[in-house]
Amino acid sequence: MKFSEAWLRTWIDPELDAAELAHVLTMGGLEVEALSPCAPPFEQVVIGQILTVEKHPQADRLNCLRVDVGTSTPLPIVCGAPNVVVGMKAPCALVGAILPGDLTIKAAKVRGIESQGMMCSARELGLSEESDGLLALAAHAPVGQSIRAWLDLDDRQFTLKLTPNRADCLSMRGVAREVAALTQRPLSPLSFIPRKANPEFGTRTVQIDAIEGCARYCGRLVHLEQPDLPTPDWMVRRLERAGLRAKALVVDVTNYVMLELGQPLHAFADAALTGNLNVRWAREGESLTVLSGQTVALTADLLVVADEAGPQALAGLMGGQNSAVSAQTQDVFLEAAWFSPMALAGRARRLGLASEAAFRFERGVDASLTQEALERATQLLLDCAGGGQAGPILDLVYPEKMPQRLPVRVRPDRVRRLLGFEVAVEAMQQILTRLGVCLEGNGADWTATAPTWRVDLEQEVDYVEEIARCVGYDQIPMQVPKAPLRALHLPERQRSRQTVAQRLQARGFQEVITYSFVPAEGEQRLAMQPSPLALLNPLSQDLAVMRSTLSVGLMETLVFNLKRKQEQVRIFEWGRCFLPARDTEGLCAQPVRLGGLWYGTRFPEQWGIKSEPADFFDLKGVVEELLPPGASFVPTQHPALHPGRSAEVHWDGQSIGWVGELHPRLGPSFDLSRMPLLFELEWVPLTREAWPEYCPTPRFQPVRRDLALVMEEGVPAMAVLDALRAVAPKNVTDILLFDVYQGAGVEEGRKSLAFCVKIQDTERSSTEGELEQICQELIRVAEQRFGAVLR
Amino acid sequence: MQVLMSLQEEALALFARLDSPHALEEAKARYLGKTGALTEHLKGLGALPHEERKSAGAAINQVKGVLEKALQQRREALVLAQQERELRASVLDVTLPGRHHGRGATHPVTRTLERMETLFRSLGFEVAEGPEVESDDYNFTALNIPADHPARAMHDTFYLAPGVVLRTHTSPVQVRYLKSHALPVRIIAPGRVFRCDSDVTHTPMFHQVEGLWVAEEGVSLAALKGLLSEFMRHFFEQEDLPTRFRPSFFPFTEPSAEMDVGCVICQGHGCRVCSHTGWLEVLGCGLVHPNVLEPLGIDSERYVGLAFGMGVERLAMIRYGVDDLRTFYENDLRFLKHFQ
Repeated sequence: MKFSEAWLRTWIDPELDAAELAHVLTMGGLEVEALSPCAPPFEQVVIGQILTVEKHPQADRLNCLRVDVGTSTPLPIVCGAPNVVVGMKAPCALVGAILPGDLTIKAAKVRGIESQGMMCSARELGLSEESDGLLALAAHAPVGQSIRAWLDLDDRQFTLKLTPNRADCLSMRGVAREVAALTQRPLSPLSFIPRKANPEFGTRTVQIDAIEGCARYCGRLVHLEQPDLPTPDWMVRRLERAGLRAKALVVDVTNYVMLELGQPLHAFADAALTGNLNVRWAREGESLTVLSGQTVALTADLLVVADEAGPQALAGLMGGQNSAVSAQTQDVFLEAAWFSPMALAGRARRLGLASEAAFRFERGVDASLTQEALERATQLLLDCAGGGQAGPILDLVYPEKMPQRLPVRVRPDRVRRLLGFEVAVEAMQQILTRLGVCLEGNGADWTATAPTWRVDLEQEVDYVEEIARCVGYDQIPMQVPKAPLRALHLPERQRSRQTVAQRLQARGFQEVITYSFVPAEGEQRLAMQPSPLALLNPLSQDLAVMRSTLSVGLMETLVFNLKRKQEQVRIFEWGRCFLPARDTEGLCAQPVRLGGLWYGTRFPEQWGIKSEPADFFDLKGVVEELLPPGASFVPTQHPALHPGRSAEVHWDGQSIGWVGELHPRLGPSFDLSRMPLLFELEWVPLTREAWPEYCPTPRFQPVRRDLALVMEEGVPAMAVLDALRAVAPKNVTDILLFDVYQGAGVEEGRKSLAFCVKIQDTERSSTEGELEQICQELIRVAEQRFGAVLR
Repeated sequence: MQVLMSLQEEALALFARLDSPHALEEAKARYLGKTGALTEHLKGLGALPHEERKSAGAAINQVKGVLEKALQQRREALVLAQQERELRASVLDVTLPGRHHGRGATHPVTRTLERMETLFRSLGFEVAEGPEVESDDYNFTALNIPADHPARAMHDTFYLAPGVVLRTHTSPVQVRYLKSHALPVRIIAPGRVFRCDSDVTHTPMFHQVEGLWVAEEGVSLAALKGLLSEFMRHFFEQEDLPTRFRPSFFPFTEPSAEMDVGCVICQGHGCRVCSHTGWLEVLGCGLVHPNVLEPLGIDSERYVGLAFGMGVERLAMIRYGVDDLRTFYENDLRFLKHFQ
């Protein structure tokens, strides 16, 4: 909502300057988003009238003018504007004036001819971006008067960022009422003398079929003598400063009354209408070309004003082209109706037709305004269009469908409890009364009835806000909140997100956050997801489907950073993935996961360490540090991963993720010659923290025996390790794999695995023979199960 | 005696000259060994007359003592010299950088989120989470935003299917929490939210922290002001941080307010970041609307709720002086490394 400060001040004078007024409005809940001057600063520019025009003897494009600026002698001025004519009035900058852009006007000779001033265009005065000649002023503009005064250029434009509940402030009168309540100043009423209706003039018959969408319809015929007269300057200025462009008189007047009072009006060209009007729901198959030029296929939930030929307007939203008024329309049917918010809600957005009227009706218009608005519009039209006459006002009302103003119980005690501080009953009463609320009852329990314009006051809490707002939120004391103590802590068996993240960070991984929506081809490439969860209204193809894996975003981040000359990229992300499977509520499954990517060298570039690419085991080592106890790795086939360099992570009998090298087939699509390593793990299992198990520290020395076993190279190391661990007696605390060897001394196709067997006795030291027996048993099992031989 | 003295002189001079332990031991043998010069003198004692034997023996032993002492000193000196040489040979350039693995950092949005969580936890707020793909009902209807309400235009919503949306705020978590927990309730709901909007000051995904406190006692507009001012003072680590509350509108709270803090960048003098107002808008808040509580079976006469919601990115931008929101989601490592 934009408006001219000067216009507001015709309604109320709060004895505050513009900045103070803006502060009062903002603190009262009508946030002033901008307060801008209507013109940049300049002085000594007056209204001049061109008395004579002569071609400049030395320049084709220049004219030599004599300009009357109200002084005894006219000024000689050389001017290059194309639109100079004798008699024209335009702004004239006098010698000494400083125009926007720091242009100082001096007396000078232009190609040998004396020039004492400058005739100005709107652009030169900073009033518009473009102009194609001098700013032509009205014929009655007083010569010599300051242009600032004449065009009211010292005015300022207020821009309010109104919240959707404050529909009552979508008019000048509404804002003025608010200022009156907040500053406790009197409001000047709108005064005009309604024009006498001519009963002979007749009216158009109207019926309302859709009474649930239109509870009141007022209309009248108006005949205008000269509808093509220009809209008065003062009205144009107020419209423009409210952000509306002036068009033609009738349209301008309807817009003006809407801005003034808040009641949207519509003007039909009466000659274009056929027979009676009917406010009804549209019928399937009907269509209407509206003022914006768009043809709308009508549906049964759109309210229309139709004549006997069909729909002529989208009620409360936009008129039809067929019955639009022009500067030549002498006979106008004026409409002021009350359309219910439900009948308009969402329609403008759906149809892509923004209109000031729909904006107001959707939020709720004061239903008591229709007659007053028609009278005001009639008066302005007849005043500005050189006279005419008006027919009687037709007023159709369905009181049971009109917005009901139900009395609400308001209890001062309740107000105090919600506000948390003491406000006197008298203060509350004053505030509400000033807002136009009608209070009945005693000071402990009121029945409040809101004024017709405050459609947002529905419950007691709404009144609480009004009281708080008018007392001033800054007057509410700051209270230290009090609540019973309670301990909030993470169970010891649970790891926090931070703990896991810190482990990754310590290993060089940087956290990233990528969008939850990704391009469909990303999903297809990395998740082999042929039908990913797609957004119905994506912002772009790059943000079209929900990710089912974090790797899409991680890969995008890799590519982005490689283009910026990063050589080593280690990143991770924590977040939800979205799977087509439905959960119990019918929403998609959206598990939280942790994913990571490692590309490039094992170490950051530095002296003393040979630069080597990171491999599968580098990332697997990182993953192992994150996993809950008891997790294992199983070779796997993942469509996006190298078939021989990828593993599924198992825990508690289920797959909880994977780790592997990107499939070389995918390299070219990311423009990569070396494949990154990736992992992705379900989050919930990672939050399991191992529980420390106490056993007394043994008094005996630990003993170590090493075994090198040779077997087929295809035997998985983990299988051997698991088998050995399974048969080892209790005093074997661990078996570790410390070397894998292929080459001289080991047959082609076989490998040597070296194990370290750690033995820790607790009762007595094992004898050499007992130790040997343990080793023999391990060797026997390895031989039996895997055909291994001792090397 | 003369001979002995010159022998001593000669030996001492030799010991002093030698600079290897090996040569020193050889020299020792030459004087004190089985066939050494001094040993020969001792052997010759027997040939001396009885009365001379004692004094000559004493003289020889004295020389022996002198030599042994000199030897020991020389040995120690040589060991020290050797150690000295070895140390000199093993000098490192200690100014070379240490061997490192590199260190990653927390994303600035997460870092901010974690600070906020920690602060609210310390104020007794539990952290609650909920789904990001959400039903229309939880995201809007349960929050007093019926279909076609103009307030829905404030939330440009992504739809996955009719009735299924990407949550536009984390408020649905509060509804879910109220449904499943006994009162009183004091929670914050941090997380990702989505709105169909993308320009210099909007990204289609961002983060919010919303808070809810429903109790029989202690909750009021005055307590709300106190609570949020306390939070902001600690978040910005500025004890005298000015705050102000302005009336506003949210469908799920009444009364509603927006909170501003004095611009922490220009200290209220006016700068580009605060659009020369001296104030930064940081959050929206209010008392929970009875239309939200009553359908959940909560008696709004008995219980009062306060709620608030703030954008994590905005707070991160203010706190760290980041001037372009979009940088957060480009994930340029050169940007992220500043948050080590």
